[in-house]
Amino acid sequence: MDRVPILKLGDILIVSIQIDLEDQSVLALQEDLADKIVDTGARGVIIDITAVEIVDSFIGRMFATIASISRMLDAETVVVGMRPAVAITLVELGLSLGGVRTALNLEKGVALLNHLDGAQIAAAPR
Amino acid sequence: MGAILTVQSDAGRRRIEELLQQHEEHVLKRWLEIAATTPGGHADRGDMTVRLTEIYQALRQSFIGSGDTSDLRGLLAELSRSRARQGFAPTETANVVFGLKQAVFELIEGDGDTEALKGFVWFSRTIDDLGLFTFESYATAREKIILDQAEQLLELSTPVVKLWEGIVAVPLIGTLDSARTQVVMEKLLQTLVETGSEHAVIDITGVPAVDTQVAQHLLKTVVAARLMGAECVISGIRPQIAHTIVTLGIEFGDIVTKASLSDALAYMLRQSGVQVVKGRGTRVTVRTEEGD
Repeated sequence: MDRVPILKLGDILIVSIQIDLEDQSVLALQEDLADKIVDTGARGVIIDITAVEIVDSFIGRMFATIASISRMLDAETVVVGMRPAVAITLVELGLSLGGVRTALNLEKGVALLNHLDGAQIAAAPR
Repeated sequence: MGAILTVQSDAGRRRIEELLQQHEEHVLKRWLEIAATTPGGHADRGDMTVRLTEIYQALRQSFIGSGDTSDLRGLLAELSRSRARQGFAPTETANVVFGLKQAVFELIEGDGDTEALKGFVWFSRTIDDLGLFTFESYATAREKIILDQAEQLLELSTPVVKLWEGIVAVPLIGTLDSARTQVVMEKLLQTLVETGSEHAVIDITGVPAVDTQVAQHLLKTVVAARLMGAECVISGIRPQIAHTIVTLGIEFGDIVTKASLSDALAYMLRQSGVQVVKGRGTRVTVRTEEGD
């Protein structure tokens, strides 16, 4: 079974999915990611799906699950690089991924997380 | 009984074939004359003569040979197409083909041969088939033109224009159906990826009516754009359409809607942090001079 690598960049964890996802590797990824967030104290998770061409409802739900897990551990999740065909498929499947933030590409995803982080820090009383 | 009939009709058929061969020049000449008298038949004598002669030869060939009519049908389709292009009605083209029946019948009538008359029934049926075939190829050609045009219209009617750095707009014109929405959706999403735009305006000023289905299509497009990380605003909602949407009980949820494209652009600019400031030069001062 292929494991999806999780990269750390500052306060952000980056998951770039480059393989055809099987249900097993999806479950493994969820566990690995939760462990890694706790280990590193990351504030944000970026899931890059630029290379993903085929999605089904299971993978669609994975994004929502990962987002929920991350939020429990105080990290925001951003899904980046979704292809038009994938977006159309998810809409046709009736999955709108509520609660998951999205960005066009990795760069914009990082910018979004920094912006959110900045806002949180500014809002928090010091 | 059936066998006898076949033999008889075969004899008649052979007689017709002979006649067609012996009196080729006469029949062909008469056919051209008849074709010229049909409405629209006078169009291009030279071209018509060449075509009808070719068809006549192909017809005889198909009788003599193994009954292979592909050559003949090809020529007829070509005739039908060229006449359709010149603006003739399909009936006129079919009439030109049916003219051959009259030409042959005149020949048999003078002859008074019963065998040939029997054969003529078979011949007549064959020509009818060919006439109908020209009709059919006319319809096929027409249908193809309509399909092509519909496709071109689809391409033409869905431009995605860039309004500002990071802001694109889709001005929708005409009725929205599933096929068109699909094209619009794909084109918009593709443009979002290519240009890296985070904001999109869907302008429905040119959409004559919005029903639940159209609204559903619009919602799908907005949600798909959202999934990709872009935000959509729907603009150009006319008063009557706003009324219809509310009456139908369609919920646009948290999707931002604006009355006009300019409102949508202003909103998008604000969202992306661009400030628009009026230049000083536009200020107009009015001074009144008091008379004494």
